[in-house]
Amino acid sequence: MIPEIGHYALVLALLLALIQGTLPLWGAARGDAGLIALARSSALGQFVFLTVAFGALIHAFAVSDFSVVNVAANSHSTKPLIYKIAAAWGNHEGSLVLWVWILALYGCGVALFGRNLPPAFRARVLAVQGLIGVGFLAFMLLTSNPFERVDPAPIDGRGFNPILQDPALAAHPPMLYAGYVGLSMAFAFAIAALIEGRVDATWARWVRPWTLAAWCCLSFGIALGSYWAYYELGWGGWWFWDPVENASFMPWLAGTALLHSAVVVEKRDALKSWAILLAILAFSLSLLGTFLVRSGVLTSVHAFAVDPARGVFVLALLGIAVGGSLALYAWRAPQLQGGGMFAPISREGGLLLNNLLLATACATVLLGTLYPLLLETVGGAKISVGPPYFDATFAPLMVPLLIAVPIGAMLAWKRGDLKGVLGRLRAALAVSAAALVLQLAVTRGTGVLAALAMTLAVWVIAGSLCELAARIQLFRVSLGRSWQRATGLPRSGYAMTLAHVGLGVFVAGVTASSAWQSEAILVMAPGESADVAGYRFELAGVADSQGPNYVARRATFEVTADGEPVAVLSPEKRFYPVERQATSEAGIDMGWLRDLYVVLGDPVEGEAAGSAHTVRIYVNPLVMWIWGGVAIMGLAGIVSLTDRRHRVGAPMPARARLAAAPAGA
Amino acid sequence: MIWRSALATLLLALALAAAAGAVEPQEQLADPALEARAREIGQELRCLVCQNQSIDDSDADLARDLRRIVRERLTAGDTDDQVMAFVTARYGDYVLLRPPLRAGTLALWFGPVVLLVAGIAAIMLRRRRRVAAEPFSAEEDRRLAQLLDHEKAP
Amino acid sequence: MALRRILYLLPVLIFIGVGIGLAVGLTRDPGTLPSALIDRPVPTFELPAIEGMPGEGLRSTDLEGEVSLVNVFASWCVPCRAEHPLLMGLAERGVVINGIDYKDPAEQAARWLEDLGNPFARTGADRDGRVAIDFGVYGVPETFVIDKAGRIRFRHPGPLTPDLVNTEIRPLLAELAK
Repeated sequence: MIPEIGHYALVLALLLALIQGTLPLWGAARGDAGLIALARSSALGQFVFLTVAFGALIHAFAVSDFSVVNVAANSHSTKPLIYKIAAAWGNHEGSLVLWVWILALYGCGVALFGRNLPPAFRARVLAVQGLIGVGFLAFMLLTSNPFERVDPAPIDGRGFNPILQDPALAAHPPMLYAGYVGLSMAFAFAIAALIEGRVDATWARWVRPWTLAAWCCLSFGIALGSYWAYYELGWGGWWFWDPVENASFMPWLAGTALLHSAVVVEKRDALKSWAILLAILAFSLSLLGTFLVRSGVLTSVHAFAVDPARGVFVLALLGIAVGGSLALYAWRAPQLQGGGMFAPISREGGLLLNNLLLATACATVLLGTLYPLLLETVGGAKISVGPPYFDATFAPLMVPLLIAVPIGAMLAWKRGDLKGVLGRLRAALAVSAAALVLQLAVTRGTGVLAALAMTLAVWVIAGSLCELAARIQLFRVSLGRSWQRATGLPRSGYAMTLAHVGLGVFVAGVTASSAWQSEAILVMAPGESADVAGYRFELAGVADSQGPNYVARRATFEVTADGEPVAVLSPEKRFYPVERQATSEAGIDMGWLRDLYVVLGDPVEGEAAGSAHTVRIYVNPLVMWIWGGVAIMGLAGIVSLTDRRHRVGAPMPARARLAAAPAGA
Repeated sequence: MIWRSALATLLLALALAAAAGAVEPQEQLADPALEARAREIGQELRCLVCQNQSIDDSDADLARDLRRIVRERLTAGDTDDQVMAFVTARYGDYVLLRPPLRAGTLALWFGPVVLLVAGIAAIMLRRRRRVAAEPFSAEEDRRLAQLLDHEKAP
Repeated sequence: MALRRILYLLPVLIFIGVGIGLAVGLTRDPGTLPSALIDRPVPTFELPAIEGMPGEGLRSTDLEGEVSLVNVFASWCVPCRAEHPLLMGLAERGVVINGIDYKDPAEQAARWLEDLGNPFARTGADRDGRVAIDFGVYGVPETFVIDKAGRIRFRHPGPLTPDLVNTEIRPLLAELAK
């Protein structure tokens, strides 16, 4: 019964989306207030129905209703409850429900909190949202019905990939989709602006918080996935330039570029058509990602069930949404008037450089991801484009960007004084130079590339802190005055510093964990120990045990440094009988400055627990800084979101403040 | 025996650029320099029965066989290029994770640079067009003259 | 002005190109790998017979002089079992099929052929899989078509299907036999 309710709710949501996607557009064109108001009510209605549908699906999973095909295919009675629920969105059909639900959530947000938007504009934005919803709901109802029933119902489900039973991975899709779908807001804003033929500072002011929210979620989502890969897949890898990973990275790059160029649109009324194009592209890349994951056109560990028929539908969706919006852009964008002039060396110039490099990087990732497919299409040979390509092309583009970060943050608008800025960055330059010299001395001239990369990280962090210090005139005026200035700074200023520091932390983590990693691969029997990077790993014992739905062989390692106990690690090798799959759980000791990472391999001779096993031991310096850096960046985004100036459509309490301070604050 | 292999791997740790997730201890070569080369080559070869993994990171049978072959050929004295050629002769360019530079991949390898240059060119072109602003209309000329006069007057 | 228009049209034009590429890509299977050895001579090899079975094994010189199939199989391979009747059928029609037994314990291989029938004119035991790698094999089963000069003309990864046999293999065999 409940699955049927869910199904009907989806159909009703589709009908509402159709209304939302068409009538308000018509109403906005004709100035019909009634039709315009429809946007808001249909957006709210859609959210209600989709909540019902999503709830119905989660319910079916929670009670293990195996008469629903989706539940039977992806769940099992022995799953812990939380993973039964996570299984609801961990498959193709369920993830689509999540997608449209988040879409409706954002639409609801605009309907409720977008009161400062002109009604016609808001109607157009909601209409675009509605049309996207129509596309996905139709896709779902026509090809991927999550509520399909099977009769007779199987006794138990076909299980769920044991690797995916993990908290980080349960949270990964919702975060990621909140990001992807959030970018649809920027997309909707861009389309609405193109239809109205006007982009101004207020547009940028509205776009920024929505894009920020999406960007934060996307950052966290990507970080969760990457961190999960690190501790789950058994060898400490965290990024593979896999097509689906790239599909999440490209919108992130475009979103970052959009956040930066929106600043220029807001402050200087320039780069307008470029920002519009970025907004369209960011969401288009999200849609492309949807296509790549679900169409079977590329092989990937992440791909959902392969079905070319679905691929055709999503491609059609892609064609209409992306092709239509880019055609609209080609038609209307030339009418957008260009804004203020600026010197090449200026804040705008810096942001333009940022966009140039990020856009080129994004295009490079796109090129590498799609090239094998496109080459084969035109009759060329079948080639692979793997990590070596991306390392060779992406990294060099990031170097000038990283160098420019602290400098750009300190340049003035319109015309900047490069010499003056570099002068004020003296401290950062000195620290960076010292870092470089120190590294080269310690490694005795080897590992120059790693030293340079680390120096870049130090430069970004030190430079960003320098910029903050300069803004509060630290050490130039009394500490009291500096403190006054500090408390008076807008939050988005802090957010910028924090985000750039996070970037530096990320680069440091990436460099250290790859260049300075220590590894030992050997055979150990219980009682033996190995020395790696100053730590002694002693294999205390190996034992077999039972989990809720698996059998495990666990090794216990006692780790000491200079005789002092540091950690006890318990890597496992598990076997899940239902899925007939073996997984490896690494034993990890997380630390601020290093991770100790031990993996249990296969027994070398015989199957007994007491025999010798292959063991892999890694000491990964600063590896947590990788995700720590991204978390800092995401946190910075949240801080920026709390900046009062962004809450243009703030709910009632802030309205009083807004009334007091004019909109130009 | 344990100490020897532990020592060997410690030496490796200094020579290695990247970890290999599936290399077995008994596969590793005694000569650390050769093993380091084997690891580097392993990172460049695709595991054909996996979804986007190198042979160093995969514990599939085929990956293990290829790792052994790489080490055998290195021990036999092949250069890195010869080892790669050996594998590509059998499996084609698809097995290379770094796409070779051929006529068909020129766009791939030069694309990023070309895009960057094109971006810079587009920016410069727009600046040039913007700088060549429209001349003032007669009305605007008059207003400008008025304003300038105002400036000069006390 | 015209240049400006073109610049604005560029994104949608590029997208159309990519879209067409993706559409064509949908019709292809990303998993199959074309053989690097098409039109090249069979690699030089010499394999012993499966232990306990009669025969002289299989060597590369055996593949010259007549058109034949080479089938890489194993007793532990489930799809091999599925395609086996097709091989038996082809053998009955007089097609020469040579077998390479991939990483298979001799006893199990012998029993498997006994149970299901032996379509192979000659069989070689590839215990460590090296010969298969020389053939560019990346999974079992795989089937090759070899011409009279001992060159590889066709490779199919995965089990044979009746469709494939009728539309591709039989016509090719007929053509090569001329």
